[in-house]
Order: sequence, then C-alpha cells, then structure tokens
Amino acid sequence: MSILHWAVLAPFIYTLLIPITYKLLKRVHTGWFVLPLPILLFVYFCSNIGTTSSLQAKIASIPWIPSLGIDFAVKLDGLGMLFALLIAGIGSLVILYSIYYLDKDKEKLNQFYVYLLFFMGAMLGVVLCDNLIVLYMFWEITSISSFLLIGFWNNRSNSRYGAMKSMVITVFGGLSLLAGIVLLYLMTGSFNISEIITSVQQKSIISHPLFMLGMICILLGAFTKSAQFPFHIWLPDAMEAPTPVSSYLHSATMVKAGIYLIARLSPIFAVSGYWLWIVSIVGIITLLYGSFLAVKQVDLKGLLAYSTISQLGMIMSLLGIGAAGVHYDNESIYYIATAAAVFHLVNHATFKGSLFMMAGIVDHETGTRDIRRLGGLMKIMPITFAIALIGSLSMAGIPPLNGFLSKEMFFASMLNIREFNLFNLSTWGILLPIIAWVGSIFTFVYSMILVFKTFTGKYQPEKLSTKPHEAPMGMLISPIILVSLVVIFGLFPGVLSNTILSPAITSIYGGGVYDLHIYHWHGFQPELFMTIGVIVFGTILYFSVTKWSVIYQAIPVVWNRIYDWLFRETEDVFNKLTNKYMTGSLRTYLIYIFSFFTLILSYTLFTKDGFKIDTSLLAPIGGYEAVLSLVLVISTIAILFSKSRLTSIILLGAVGYTVSLFYVVFRAPDLALTQLVIETVSVALFLLCFYHLPKNARKKESIPFKLSNAVISVLVGLVVMLIAIASYSTKLFDSISPYYVDNTYIKAAGENMVNVILVDFRGFDTLFEIAVLAIAAIGIYSMITLRMGGKKNENK
Amino acid sequence: MKINNLVLQTITKVIVFLILLYSVDLFFAGHYTPGGGFIGGLMASGAIVLLLIAYDLKFVKKIFPVNFIYVTAIGLLISFLTGMIAVLSNKPFLTHFFNKHVHLPLLGETSLHTAALFDLGVFLVVVGVTMTIIQTIGEDD
Repeated sequence: MSILHWAVLAPFIYTLLIPITYKLLKRVHTGWFVLPLPILLFVYFCSNIGTTSSLQAKIASIPWIPSLGIDFAVKLDGLGMLFALLIAGIGSLVILYSIYYLDKDKEKLNQFYVYLLFFMGAMLGVVLCDNLIVLYMFWEITSISSFLLIGFWNNRSNSRYGAMKSMVITVFGGLSLLAGIVLLYLMTGSFNISEIITSVQQKSIISHPLFMLGMICILLGAFTKSAQFPFHIWLPDAMEAPTPVSSYLHSATMVKAGIYLIARLSPIFAVSGYWLWIVSIVGIITLLYGSFLAVKQVDLKGLLAYSTISQLGMIMSLLGIGAAGVHYDNESIYYIATAAAVFHLVNHATFKGSLFMMAGIVDHETGTRDIRRLGGLMKIMPITFAIALIGSLSMAGIPPLNGFLSKEMFFASMLNIREFNLFNLSTWGILLPIIAWVGSIFTFVYSMILVFKTFTGKYQPEKLSTKPHEAPMGMLISPIILVSLVVIFGLFPGVLSNTILSPAITSIYGGGVYDLHIYHWHGFQPELFMTIGVIVFGTILYFSVTKWSVIYQAIPVVWNRIYDWLFRETEDVFNKLTNKYMTGSLRTYLIYIFSFFTLILSYTLFTKDGFKIDTSLLAPIGGYEAVLSLVLVISTIAILFSKSRLTSIILLGAVGYTVSLFYVVFRAPDLALTQLVIETVSVALFLLCFYHLPKNARKKESIPFKLSNAVISVLVGLVVMLIAIASYSTKLFDSISPYYVDNTYIKAAGENMVNVILVDFRGFDTLFEIAVLAIAAIGIYSMITLRMGGKKNENK
Repeated sequence: MKINNLVLQTITKVIVFLILLYSVDLFFAGHYTPGGGFIGGLMASGAIVLLLIAYDLKFVKKIFPVNFIYVTAIGLLISFLTGMIAVLSNKPFLTHFFNKHVHLPLLGETSLHTAALFDLGVFLVVVGVTMTIIQTIGEDD
C-alpha cells in the first residue's frame, strides 16, 4: 500500500471517527473534525505537483483479485492531479462553509459528514484508479452517496423524489458503463486503463464488432453522470440537497466524473469518427438547451443547476473537438480545445462553487431562493453581492476574469473546426460555432438575471420570512476564497497553465511537453468579435426578457414527463407481475422451488450424460444399516400420516437421530455428535414455534392438490438420490482427502481432521458461515421485535 | 407454558452443569479428538434450552443476564480479529499460529493455538445465535 492508496482510502477510514466525535463532543460542530482531512489531502496532492508537472506519474498497485485482472492500481498523473486538487480543495472549502450552513443542534451532522466523506473518497477513487473495475466501484459509490445527500432532508417529498431520480438515472448509466467496461475487456483483454491505451495504440480495435456497442455503453455512463441532454433532468431536482452538497457534488466534482471518463478514455475511442461527433454534438446541444432553460428559472439554485448543465455541455463539446484534433492529426486544434476544456473545468469549479455558496447564503439569510421575491439586497449584503457579481461576470465571460479566458478559447476551438475541411462541414459544421455563440448569449443573460434580479431593484421585505442581514464571516470565507481565485486565475493564468493544465492535457494522450500560454489579448480575431457580440446581444435580451419570455410557454418541456411516465409504468407493470406469483403462501413458494429444482437438475443430469452407477466401490450392507434404514423409512412415512403436530415433530426428531446413528456406524464421530445436538436443539425450536401456531387440526385438502404435492416430493427424492449415486460413481479428479490426512498434523498441529479443516484449512468458510448465522439471528430478532413494536403502536 | 415439573427441574439443576462442563470439554478437545467450537456451542445452547424447558424464560434470563445478540457479535469479532493477527504479521488472513510445547502453571505441558481463539468465536456465535432465536420466538406472545 502506497501513500496514494491511503489517500484514496483515508476518507473512508475517517468516517469511523465521525460517530465517536459526534456522540462524545456534541458541543463542537462535527465539521471541525472533518475539515483537517481534505486540507491534509490537498497539501499532499500539492506536494506532488512537481512530479506531475514534469510529466511523470505516480503509479502504485496492489493485487486485489489477480485471477480476474482486478488490481487496486492507482495512478496520479496530470489529469488525475487536476481532479484530485479540485476534490480536496473545493472539499475543504465546502466543509468549512457547511459548518456555518448546517445547524449543529437541528441537523443529523454525523450522517451528513459520513456521506460527504464517502463521496470524497469515492470521487478520489474514480479519478485516481487505473483499473476500470475499481473505477466502476467508486463510480457507483459516488452515485449512492449523492443519493443519500440529496435525500438528506428526507422528510421532504421533493428531496426523496430528487434523490430517487438522480439514483435511477445515474445508476442506469453506471450499469451501462459496467457493460461498456466488460466489452472493452473482451476487446482488449485488460481492465487496466494504461495497458488498454498502449495496446490500442499498437493494434486498433475499431474494426472489432463490439467496438460501437462498447463505445455507446461507456458514453451513456458518462452522459448520465455529467447530466448531458437528455439525461440532464436529474440535476435540477438534485438541488433539494443542502447547498454545500450542491456546490460540491452537483457543480464542482461529481458531475465532472463523466467528463473525466470521456477525457481518460478518449485515446481509446478517438480513432472513431462517431466518438468525437457524438461527444461534441451532445455537448453543444446540452450547452444551448441548459443555458436557454436557465433563463426561465425563478429559483436561484434551479438557475444555477441549468447553468451547470450548460457549462458541462460546453466542456464536453470541447473534449469532442479535442478528440477530433487527434482523429484528423491536427495537433494545434487538439491542444487548444483540450486546454480550453481543462481550464474551463477549473474555472467553472471556482465561479460556480462561489455562486452556489452565494445562493446558499441568500437562502439562509432571507428564507427564500425565489428571485421574484428577492431584490435590492445589495445594500444589506454588500459582501455577498460582490461575490455574486464577480462570479456571474466570470460565468458570463467578461474580461479580465477567468471565465472570459476559457470562453475565448472555447470560441477559438469552435471556429477552428472549419479547418478540418470535412465533407459537409461547410454546411453543417458552421452550426457548431453558431450554437456555441447563441448558447453563450443566453449564458450572459442568466448570469445577469442571477446577480441583478437578486441584488438590485426593489427591496421587498414584506415577501421575506426573516429580516435579512449580512452572513456571518465564517460562511463568507469559502466563497471569498473562490472568487479571489476567479480574479487571480483571470489576471495571472500563468499560475495554472504550466503547473496543472499543461500536464493534464499531455497526460490524456501522452506526447511531449506542451507550452501553454493563455493571453487576454489575441488581436482583432473572430473570437473577440464573438465576445463583443455576446455582450451586446446579451444586454439587449436581458432588458427585453419580459417581452420574449413567452416563447417558454410555446416550447413544451417533455423530458421530465417522459421520466415520470416511464417510472410509474415500470413500477405498475412489475408490481402486477410480482403480485401474480408472490402469493404469500409458503406452500406455493416451496412448489416453485422444488419443481424448478427437479426440472433443472434432471434436465442437466440426463442431457449432459452425467448419470452413472458404479457398484464396485460399495461396501456390503450389514445388519445395522438394514435396521436403521428400515426405521428411517418407517418414521418418514409415519410423518405423512400423523394427525398432530407434536407427533410430527417427534417423528422428525426420530429421523434425525437415526441419521446420526448412521454416522456412528460409519465411524464419523464429529458428524454424529453435531447431528445429535442439532437434532435436540431444533426439536426444541420447533416446539417453541409450533406453540405459537393456531391449534387447528389438519385441514382436508383436495385430491389434486395432494396428488401434485406427492408427485413433486417423489420427484425431488428421486432426483436427489440419482445425483447422489451419480456423484459417488463419478471420479473426475483425485480426492483432496489424502492432502488433509498428510498435512493436518504437520501444518496445523492438530489431530482431528474435521475440526482442523473447519478452523484452519477452510477457516474463511467458517468465518462466513458464522457471519451468515449471525445475520440470520439478527434478521429473526428484528422481524419479530419490529412486528411486536408495530402491534404496540396500534394499541396506542 | 408454566408447568410445575418437580422431577425435571431437580434433574436439570444437576445435569445442566454436567452438560455445560461437557461442552467446555468438547470445545477444548476439538483440535485432537472429536469436538470443537461448533459442537461445543451447540451443546452449551442445549443446556440452556433444557433450563428453558424445565423452568421458563425469566429464570434463564436471571441466570444468564446477557443480551445474546452481543454474544453473537463478540464471537464474530473474536473470530475476525484472530484472522487479523496474521495480517498484522504480514501473512495471509486467517493463517494460524501454534506452539506445541508450552509449560503452563497447573496444566503442565500443553500446546497453544490461535485456532482455539478462532473456535472460541465460533462457540460464542453458535450459542448467541441459537439463544437469540429461541429467546425472541419464546418472548413473542
């Protein structure tokens, strides 16, 4: 285990401390105990920037399931570093913010921070693991922790709905990703991302018949996670989560997992033209759709959610263009697009994180996030206003903030694709920059709405439930740090370019050092005019928004209705189906189990030609055996005809004791002892259980019912007997018994072979068996006591 | 089901101790002769079940004032931690250690195994599980 492994696992281990600190130190906010961990991780990752910026990667691996090619392999390269810094850095700020946002007396902080740490560890796992299966495991943990965090206030029905929706959509994508990973394994024979990339570079898999299917599965996984059109619908509903969660999971990190995956796997799939077109077109549609719908939102967080969707679409489309650059061997296009993508990734995390925190502050201080009720807060909350202003201007792409720089690079990349000279790019390809530009205009409009509708205009105290005032300093620290980064990255992009961005770019496709320079002034280039156009048209649209917003009523938004309909219908259909065969009667279930048991086993036994009788190894039947068998058969038959339960139990006990006598005859003292004691205890158990049953006499059953039961039981007995004979007569390999005979004393220093096998040779089996026993006991305990609790409640 | 059964109760008073002693003997004998944690545990629960039949649940609870779910959990923990000893000394999980010749006061020369610790966990789990099940069902009226 290297330090890198521990860094991924640290949040998970840390969760063990939370319940203790929460219980013992109730007076201190639990967040203070959590805060050091992400800071420590951040410092650790920062200390490795030197390694990644010299284009080296920290690699470590420990075998996990070597027989299946699954290793816990971690790799910290430029791209991983970029994400790890975001996760740890934003994580620290969000936890600091949450300390002031969540009340320590009212909220279940222990649960909150456990979920949050689970997420942090899982997210680090996603971006640092080099093995696809391990990556998938962490991927699903992020979905689950996101589900738990969205539903944190689970007494609200909206929270539950949002949590469920995000779970259904992202897990659907996750399963599809798993299918994609398996297909990729079938094509390349490895789960290791680095190995797959090297093997693909030597021998392309594009002609493989599974290529398209695998690619689509993986894309589905990435698109659902990153809320791309039309899977974006879960993100606005995820806003029911507490605001620290929204700013951490649903804007800065988790939703970028899909982008990470696309970037990481691009070298494998970029050979295909479909990959880059799907990625860029889905991205650009998401960009336009998200920004267009954001304008109509009246909830601050809803607006930010659509804005996040749109920005994710923008990064996605840039990755698509970057892949196109590789596909058509045009290096400069690849570099510009990918640089824009990773730069915007960082910028988005800074300005969107601060804006979410700002929305949280407004919500916290005024009691509402509805922009129709807000207004004129500028004088009351000057610091919050400054944060909102800087964040929004950066989001809108106003110089000299960082959003402007990446937006210019975005325009440049979109314009660059003219150079590809593709068959129809002159007609269709021109649409991409136009859509990008239109989307950016809407981005400008909603950025303006966000800040000016909240902070300027008429102050309406009568519509607010509380009297607003400036937030406490602790709550402001995190967003202030983020907006300072917005300004710093905007004025001095060089801080990032060659330390973090450039290594991230080169670590995607490999290759040499790329000297990245980000300028504010490119001369009078088309992208400059595009920016000016955005500002001009955006301002016009902003001031005339009441006039043209009628179009939102004209355009139906169907995606949520489709989801609801699908969800309801599948639930209905499967409910009906399940109720058809799950009757609640134990007898019916036994009939299912036994009929399938006989059918499948007898089918396999006879079609695979498995039946065989070999009498050469049998011992002669002695007097003891004959008598015991007779007793066994007689008592079994007697059970069928006994009238009372007590007789049945005693007869059943007789069967058990006879079997243990068989063990005695065959000299198996351990088995005989065990069987005897088990029989005794289980008879007592049966008596206890039957004591609770109603004292009815046996009901008269119909003849066909009895007959079918008889047929099934005879068949079960027959099949089991045939299999027993066949398995005794078939010797496919040497028995393992001599090994135990030889090694029991030498290796385990025991003389009782049975016991040594139980505790030593196959101790793991025993451990799991007692675990299963314990689970069964807890199950019975909770079922019975819970039912009793229910009864008590009814009585009250 | 409160039945005053004097004969059974009197016999039980004596025999329960014998059965419990025998279960301990079975447990320790396990490594060399028939026995072990599983059988020992079952035997011990057999003794408790006998008490339960002869007297009643309240009586059993008075004699064994423990929550048997905790017994189960502790047993599971002991077994698991025994396995972890090996991990801490860089051996595969559940590798056992033994020393065949140890001199102990009173007992003289004997052998010590971590396998016995593991088996103790099994013993406790078996007792805990059987008694949890019997108690919960018995209490449910």
